[in-house]
Amino acid sequence: MNVADKKRLLREMLFARRFEERCYEAYVERKIGGFLHLYPGQEACAFGVMEAARPGRDYVITGYRDHVHAIRCGADPKAIMAELYGKETGSSRGRGGSMHIFDVEHHFMGGYALVGGPFPLAAGMAKAIKMKGDDDIAICFLGDAANNQGTFHESLNMAALWELPVLYVCENNLYGIGTRIDRSTAVVEQYKRVSAYGIPSDQIDGQDIEVVFKAAQKAVKHVRSGKGPYFLELLTYRYRGHSMSDSNAYRSKDEEKMWSKRDPIIMLRDRLIEAGEITKDDYKAMDTEILDQIEDDIIAYAESSPEPKVEELEKYVLAENDPWVRGGKN
Amino acid sequence: MAELMYWEALRRAHDEEMANDPLVICMGEDIGMAGGTYKATQGLYDKYGAERVIDTPISENGYTGLGIGASFLGLRPIIEIMSVNFAWLALDQLFNSAAKVRYMSGGQLEAPVVVRSPGGVAHQLGAQHSARMEKVFMGIAGLRVVTPSNPRQAYGLLKSAVRCNDPVYINEHELMYNFKGEVPDEEYFHPLEGSEVAREGKDVTLFGYNISVHWCLQAAETLSQQYGIEAEVVDLYALSPLDRAGIRASVNKTHRAVIVEEAEAPVGVGSEVMAIINEECFFELDAAPVRVSAANVPMPYNHTLERAAIPKADDVVAAVRKMFGK
Repeated sequence: MNVADKKRLLREMLFARRFEERCYEAYVERKIGGFLHLYPGQEACAFGVMEAARPGRDYVITGYRDHVHAIRCGADPKAIMAELYGKETGSSRGRGGSMHIFDVEHHFMGGYALVGGPFPLAAGMAKAIKMKGDDDIAICFLGDAANNQGTFHESLNMAALWELPVLYVCENNLYGIGTRIDRSTAVVEQYKRVSAYGIPSDQIDGQDIEVVFKAAQKAVKHVRSGKGPYFLELLTYRYRGHSMSDSNAYRSKDEEKMWSKRDPIIMLRDRLIEAGEITKDDYKAMDTEILDQIEDDIIAYAESSPEPKVEELEKYVLAENDPWVRGGKN
Repeated sequence: MAELMYWEALRRAHDEEMANDPLVICMGEDIGMAGGTYKATQGLYDKYGAERVIDTPISENGYTGLGIGASFLGLRPIIEIMSVNFAWLALDQLFNSAAKVRYMSGGQLEAPVVVRSPGGVAHQLGAQHSARMEKVFMGIAGLRVVTPSNPRQAYGLLKSAVRCNDPVYINEHELMYNFKGEVPDEEYFHPLEGSEVAREGKDVTLFGYNISVHWCLQAAETLSQQYGIEAEVVDLYALSPLDRAGIRASVNKTHRAVIVEEAEAPVGVGSEVMAIINEECFFELDAAPVRVSAANVPMPYNHTLERAAIPKADDVVAAVRKMFGK
């Protein structure tokens, strides 16, 4: 990872952080409805892994904490914010919401709201890639608590059995909503659980993007070379509650303080400042620029976009004018 | 026109669709090397190979989800779930992923999967192998539900389902795989919507689907020969969406309706058809519509209790006689 890459990643992660913080404000202002799951604290996971992959080409799927993964794949942040506002210009035309961001053009195959739901979907995409003979891979980002679903075990078994090109990334933020991992999970170290299926795995620091990138390079190479699935456990932390309806009262201030010292953005920023590659003022200027962009471009776009038409309530339930519904060529 | 068994018709449809499109795959428990519990994929493993005719582990939700994920990237999976009772385990992926993905992506993504599974009451299989689950599937927006009553429909519905861009659930029946019937020699695609008049009549409409069509046809013969009542039999091969126009047309003609279902009455095909009759042709009715349904019990093992729990042709005859005061 060269200096230019690091600078770019610093900017991308900061943008993601500010985007999510602005979502928080918009939610408080009741511009955004429903459930909202925010990403601050975990940025090095999505950006570090995708830096080693091919964003926009490899197929990415995740759970409901999905805005930032979509952005990294190439989705337009304006369309995502418009989606959160429920507008027709939103990425899912206002039909999906925060938990269902999609950008199929950039191979971001969706955010899904059933914990563990994407595990088999990712394996299925990998099956299709393998059958077509492409060298793309499927990447599935989920949290640690999803690993207690049956789909985790069923999917790992099939992915290993059929040597499917899928990378499972476990963003272990230590909590399943409000229940700490050691209170829900017999084996706390998630990377150990996949050894039951003969899948290679690593547990690494999910806060240091350079560490994540390096581990992801190895994992992506393994998967892309046709050797079957790989599992990465990234130790990370979310700063906010599980969703906006979570009071976050179950964590100690000491614990939060400890993790805040390992902030992925601050760590990379300080490293670049120490190396003399940027100054504090450069960083501040960049931050201001990002905040202006979010306000002037993104929020303004979401605010001014039209609502979906009620007459189109039933659009997208079924395929339109599918000839086979009428028996095709008969 | 050749006479085929129901399973042979399904096998022919699988074979033709796999030959037509290299992206069509089959998945399920024992469907490959073993040839399939109901022989619907017999011989296809040898013909198309293990990559396309996939023996899955016993992980219904997992392999259904895997098929759905594969369909996102253009594959056309036909997923066989060995018994509809096991399909309960796959409802999460079928309902939450396949049925909703087009809508919640604003039309960006679709899941053109086919899930086939036999339901119904066979012989003394007990409470956990006798479910009739069509009622569960037909209430889900974004999912098409069809249920073939004969080999021609079994063949043509599967062929259309494979090519349709919506997820389609095909409700088959444990007892019907050896039913015989004529299937066109040439390629045939059955519509996924609508209904068929299986027997013309003028006095009363008997609505059936899947196995209950056969009970209705038997009952119609008895009613004609012994009681002079000419019953029309309407085959509701499409359960979602139901054929409102077809239901209305027949009731407007006969002014009486009996709905015959193998399933328990609550929240079922019968209640739905009755609601449609109410909404569409209430003032055409000469008598209150009647349901002939199964007892609302977990299916008993005992042979006599089992027969008592599900309807038969005689029950349909009795319901019509009561309606006519005969």
